[in-house]
Amino acid sequence: MEEPDTEPPLTVVPGADPSRTQLCFEWGPAEMLLCETLFGRRGGEGRVAPGGSAGPAPTGCGVAGGGDGAPGPSRVFVVRRDQDIYMETLRKLFNESHGIFVGLQRCEEERAARARNAQLVQVSKNYRSVIRACMEDMHQAAISARDSALHSQYSIQVSILSAMELIWNLCEILFVEAAPAIPSLCKAGPLLLRLLDWVQLHICDVDNMVREVLGSENPSKHKLFWNVVNIFVLQGRMDEARHLLSKEAIANPTSMNMYKILDDLMKKMPVPSLGNTQTLTEMELKWQHWHEECQRYLQDGTFASNSHMESICKILLGDENAILEKKELMTTWYHFLVTRLLYSHPTVKPMELRFYAQAGNIIIFISSSLMHRKITSSMDMFLGEESSPEPLDTILMAAFEFELHQVIKECSIALSNWWFVAHLTDLLDHCKLLQSHNLYFGSNMREFLLLEYASGLFSHHSLWQLGVDYFDHCPEYGRVYLELHIERIPLNTEQKALKVLRICEQRQMHEQVRSICKIMAMKALRNNRLGSALSWSIRAKDAAFATLISDRFLKDYCERGCFSDLDLIDNLGPSMLLSDRLTFLGKYREFHRLYGEKRFSEAARLLLMLMTAHIAPCSFWMTLLTDALPLLEQKEVIFSAEQTYELMRCLEDLTARKLDKQKFQDDDVETMKVEMLRLALARNLARVIVKEGTLEGS
Amino acid sequence: MEEVCARFVSQKISKARWRPLPAAALQPPDLFATGSWDNEDNRISIWSVGDAGSAGLNGEYQGEPQLLCDIRHNGDVMDMQFLDQERIVVGSSTGSVTVFRHHQNNQTLSVSHRWENAHYHADQYTACGGAACTGVICNNPEIVTVGEDGRINLYRADQKDAVRTIDRSYTPPNFKSLKYVSDMFLYAFRLHVFFNALLTSVADNADSSTLHAVTFLRTTEILTVNSIGQLKIWDFRQQRNEPAQIFSL
Repeated sequence: MEEPDTEPPLTVVPGADPSRTQLCFEWGPAEMLLCETLFGRRGGEGRVAPGGSAGPAPTGCGVAGGGDGAPGPSRVFVVRRDQDIYMETLRKLFNESHGIFVGLQRCEEERAARARNAQLVQVSKNYRSVIRACMEDMHQAAISARDSALHSQYSIQVSILSAMELIWNLCEILFVEAAPAIPSLCKAGPLLLRLLDWVQLHICDVDNMVREVLGSENPSKHKLFWNVVNIFVLQGRMDEARHLLSKEAIANPTSMNMYKILDDLMKKMPVPSLGNTQTLTEMELKWQHWHEECQRYLQDGTFASNSHMESICKILLGDENAILEKKELMTTWYHFLVTRLLYSHPTVKPMELRFYAQAGNIIIFISSSLMHRKITSSMDMFLGEESSPEPLDTILMAAFEFELHQVIKECSIALSNWWFVAHLTDLLDHCKLLQSHNLYFGSNMREFLLLEYASGLFSHHSLWQLGVDYFDHCPEYGRVYLELHIERIPLNTEQKALKVLRICEQRQMHEQVRSICKIMAMKALRNNRLGSALSWSIRAKDAAFATLISDRFLKDYCERGCFSDLDLIDNLGPSMLLSDRLTFLGKYREFHRLYGEKRFSEAARLLLMLMTAHIAPCSFWMTLLTDALPLLEQKEVIFSAEQTYELMRCLEDLTARKLDKQKFQDDDVETMKVEMLRLALARNLARVIVKEGTLEGS
Repeated sequence: MEEVCARFVSQKISKARWRPLPAAALQPPDLFATGSWDNEDNRISIWSVGDAGSAGLNGEYQGEPQLLCDIRHNGDVMDMQFLDQERIVVGSSTGSVTVFRHHQNNQTLSVSHRWENAHYHADQYTACGGAACTGVICNNPEIVTVGEDGRINLYRADQKDAVRTIDRSYTPPNFKSLKYVSDMFLYAFRLHVFFNALLTSVADNADSSTLHAVTFLRTTEILTVNSIGQLKIWDFRQQRNEPAQIFSL
């Protein structure tokens, strides 16, 4: 076993007091049960603990159990680690991502690597759009929440989701789109463009500033004017920067000259574009030229009189100090990283990123005493009792360094739910980026995470239906997990049971079908719904249970003298053959029906067949013979001589068997019955011999 | 291919019903109700579709359904029917049947009436004795419900108790007390009585298996189907608790 990397966080369960009573616990599939025992630390009265509100990630809720006397009632606490799946607003996330996941597994493998790549990028974008949609909903919910605790809960969720989207976007750019397996696709510079987009998308305070400045009457005189220009330059939005600068030039004609040169430089900046087919070398040459030109202008002192323009020129030259001066505008270290790359190495390749993304960057940045709000609001959810570097930073750093496993590991630790890592790992696995790294349990990382996530879904009262598909796509252990989980879904209505059964039947899980049908049949039996129980056991093709139920029917008949549920027995059809007892039941009922329709000879034949063919259980023979009595006593002769001999033989067999087991009690009714039967049989024999001996018509 | 408009609601919907229109209405219905299941907190919701007059060229609906109001429901919604323009009858997995009223003036839902133990297994008043109500059908003012207990209930919307219940009765003829009769004649007579009883009554059975659905054939006749595939026609005019006809699939 490996050592844990971090100290496990301390969880306080509201209401449980270990100093008052000893606690015992038991692990469940997705939660833990904590129970107060009767053993106190010290004797004394128990205090009534107030009802707990939700703590940090785990939630505890108390259920009061009964308890007389001594230190107050014992309570059972249910401690759940993952309460996210119970948030209604997140259900959209789980459901929609389920759809995307299943679509990804089932879509045909494209032959062409390029098409495959495009497909995977589309899937990644779909995932991200789902996260953003969920973020929107959560944001709306936060705004409309009246309870402040609820409001803060929603706001925390919004920041978690935005962090997730940030990480996913970066992973998409670095891993999915970069597709290192296809070197010929690595054109000059698309990576940097995508990184710029990424930065622009996630630093949104800029838009407010821009709106403010552009909306004012005299933009160039606005106090934030140069901030906006700088941020445009830092984010590589040259056209917008030039547009704003033109306003400054108009307002300030003395700097027209400087402006023209700067504008020209910015216009000429070689930008790696996606459609461009220039080769790497061409691009680098151009860039080198341009860089030298900027250098010349700076050294000539062209911008000496305007500090703003001078600093812009320095930024264009990639001067780190100049860029760092604008720290507050950039707000995050990864923005700084991307800007640096833009102005010092625009043709960077994915693999080279790690040399730029070293820890040094973070230290330069965070050592500043100004912590911008944007950073803390994104990091809030990760901060538990840990005070070390924010987990988001560690995750992004690991991504820049192409340490996939590290990324996944850090995300697993930081997030309370397996959703993110499970889907991300699955996507990366489809990109063939994860080496099959066998874990202790024999499955690979992707399967392990999917299994954990799906198991979490099964503990939810409603989302279990999603978990089924996830298990389906885990080749090694998925089926076993599904078999174990599906039997444990609580079935409170027949409709739900039928749904679960359909899932099992589709996957040929016969054991589980039998087990579920048996559970439903037992429930029905306990509620005295014999017909229902029988139909369940027929569905499961469970002969043993069918026999049990038939015995119940027969017992009921013996006690009450009539059948219950005739409609069921009459219409068994071919399922009668499921068990011998059931067949007997059906045939016996047929006998009664024949008697009712006054088809006595057929009834007699059937009755005899039931005994001679040994379909009837021995315990029932007495009842059958007793049923033969009215037929024997009819005015006309029904049983033939042969049949009468057969009946007599059966009776003798029965009495012989009984004598063996006879206790020395005199059962009056039994002996009387036997006597009556003998008498009736003898009389019938007498009549039938006469009848058969008589010639017809004489 | 018509346009499909999807809206995500964070619950599993078991039934959706359009509000019935008055007989002379020309336009298509604009309001529907949904009931959810498999949630700890199930809800009945009323939605409206499109604005009046915004139907497209083919009379199709534009825009997403808008939630007007909803109300909490105890247990899964197993079946749901509009009784009239304002009232909805809902059968629950707990065995109760509830009538909800939709107040159009302030767009709220409220409970108008509830039959708490419409369907139950052993004991009507134990907590876990409830059996799910699987089907509800209305023919204003009559409501018929069927359930997993094999019982058929006929209610009238404004009356507190069931008008008629077709169920099993547990009064078996008790012949154990005749155990000590020694007279052969009496014994034979008893047997004869056995058979007669057998042939004339089917005991008071509604159905031994779970009833899955019910519908009206005529004002006084209903058709039920059960879990072993039998269709039964019941006539309420008859006093006996017996199906008028049984069809087997």
